[in-house]
This record gives sequence, structure tokens and C-alpha cells, in this order.
Amino acid sequence: MPEFEKLTIGEQVAQKDFKITRDSLVRYAGASGDFNPIHYRDDVAQAVGLPGVLAHGMLTMGISISPVIEWLGDPGKVVDYSVRFTKPVVVPADGSAVLSVTAIVGAIEEDRLRIDITTIFSGSNVLGKAQAWVKP
Amino acid sequence: MVNPTIEGKRYPRTSSYSVGVEKLREFSRATFLPEKFEQPIDGTSILVAPPTFAVVIQELSLKQVLSDTEAALDFSRVVHGDQRFVYQRPIVAGDELTSELVVESIKTLAGNHLVTFNTEIFDATNQLVCTAISTLVVRGDNA
Repeated sequence: MPEFEKLTIGEQVAQKDFKITRDSLVRYAGASGDFNPIHYRDDVAQAVGLPGVLAHGMLTMGISISPVIEWLGDPGKVVDYSVRFTKPVVVPADGSAVLSVTAIVGAIEEDRLRIDITTIFSGSNVLGKAQAWVKP
Repeated sequence: MVNPTIEGKRYPRTSSYSVGVEKLREFSRATFLPEKFEQPIDGTSILVAPPTFAVVIQELSLKQVLSDTEAALDFSRVVHGDQRFVYQRPIVAGDELTSELVVESIKTLAGNHLVTFNTEIFDATNQLVCTAISTLVVRGDNA
């Protein structure tokens, strides 16, 4: 478990890259119950004007907190987690999409910390204002 | 599109969802958590859900809106705008959860509708466990 009192604002607490394939999307669809076909069918994605099959926003949100949970050692320590979905993550049929997640200390309060998360895909941050309040 | 007069509409409490150990493990794997989180934390005996697991419960309430003819929400034009989970306590294996959704606001921005839902998730003793706040963007005809 990390020692919260030794942390400083701006300090990086986690960094990890994740490779997402179509297989990951199907797995997440089953786990979450979100079977919207834009997350696994090229023809449907194209018909509704999307650039391709997209990762579920909630998959990106789930992946982005994963290294923070690893750092905390306990998923139950995340008490408030919010994101904006600002850019789509396109996942090709025969390749992968890499999400590069970085988490830093954004704010320190008496009994909780704010962790600010950046999730880069193809050179852009795909989440806006991704913040997790965590308890020691 | 969406019917703007459903702003403020409250949907009925969902039937109970049993949080199962294997479901939590499946969800952890699907969100790329390390394998050790498929077991209870050292020194504890109950498996804790990852913080985004509450989306599974939120989804049960959202299904009521999607099948509501009064709401007339065109799901094929929907993209997820933002999401937040505020926890009173973590969700754990063995929880029996119900949820209640209210349409908090509907705004129009550049031809799109922004629909914000507030879903409260309760345990078997009717204590609030988590509040899930979700904004869906319903793209307009020209967007």
C-alpha cells in the first residue's frame, strides 16, 4: 500500500500501456452486457457513420483505472471516479490499439487524494478530466 | 432523437441483481486488472468489485429508458459523453443490488441532445451503495 503522506502534487504514481484487440472488445461486451454492435461489427459501425469499430468508452474507463488500482492494491479505495469521453478509440479487425495510461497526484486533501489520469491513443488524450478520488 | 419532456422522469426500481464472484473475475479480466484482483485482498475474505463494475447495474436501469416509447431515445445515434461513479462503500461479491434512475437533465447543444441520467444503486438493506451519473449524447439529424 502506498504511503500517502509522502506523495507530492504532480508526482506520477502509475504508468502502463494496454494493447486492445477485437478480442478484448468481445470479452468486455460479455463481461459488461453491452452488446452494441458498433463495438464488434465493421458494417454496423460504418452504417452509422463511425470511423470504424470502436472500443466501448466504459472499457477505456475501466482500463484507465486499472494501473491506479494496482498501485493502491485495493479496488475498494477508489471512492469517486469520473471521465469524459472526448475521442473514439478505433480498433482494427486485424491489429490492435494501444492505450498508454499515466496517473499523477492531482490534489491532496486530509483524508483523500485526487489522481488525474491521462489516456493516450494514437497521440491524443481520449479521456477528458479523468479523475479518481482515492482513500488511503 | 429524444423526447425532451422526460426530463425529471423517474423509472421504477429494478429487480435485484446478485453480484457473483465469477462475474467480478470476468469483469476484472475484461478491464485488464492483474490476476491477483480475482481474489480477495490479503487479510479479507470478500471479493471487491472494480469501480466501473457499477455500469452493469446502471445498464439495467438504462434498459428501461431505451424501451420506453415515451422517451423515444434513438440508441443508434447515441454516444457516451461522460460517466461518473460515486461510492458510499465498494460493491462486493454477494451483494444484492437494485437501482433507480432519474432523468436529471436534457440539454440541446449544437443540434445534439445531452441527456444526463442519475442512477442510485442500493443494497439489500436499502442503503445507498453508489450513484452513477451518465451523460449520453444523442446526435441530431445533421450531426
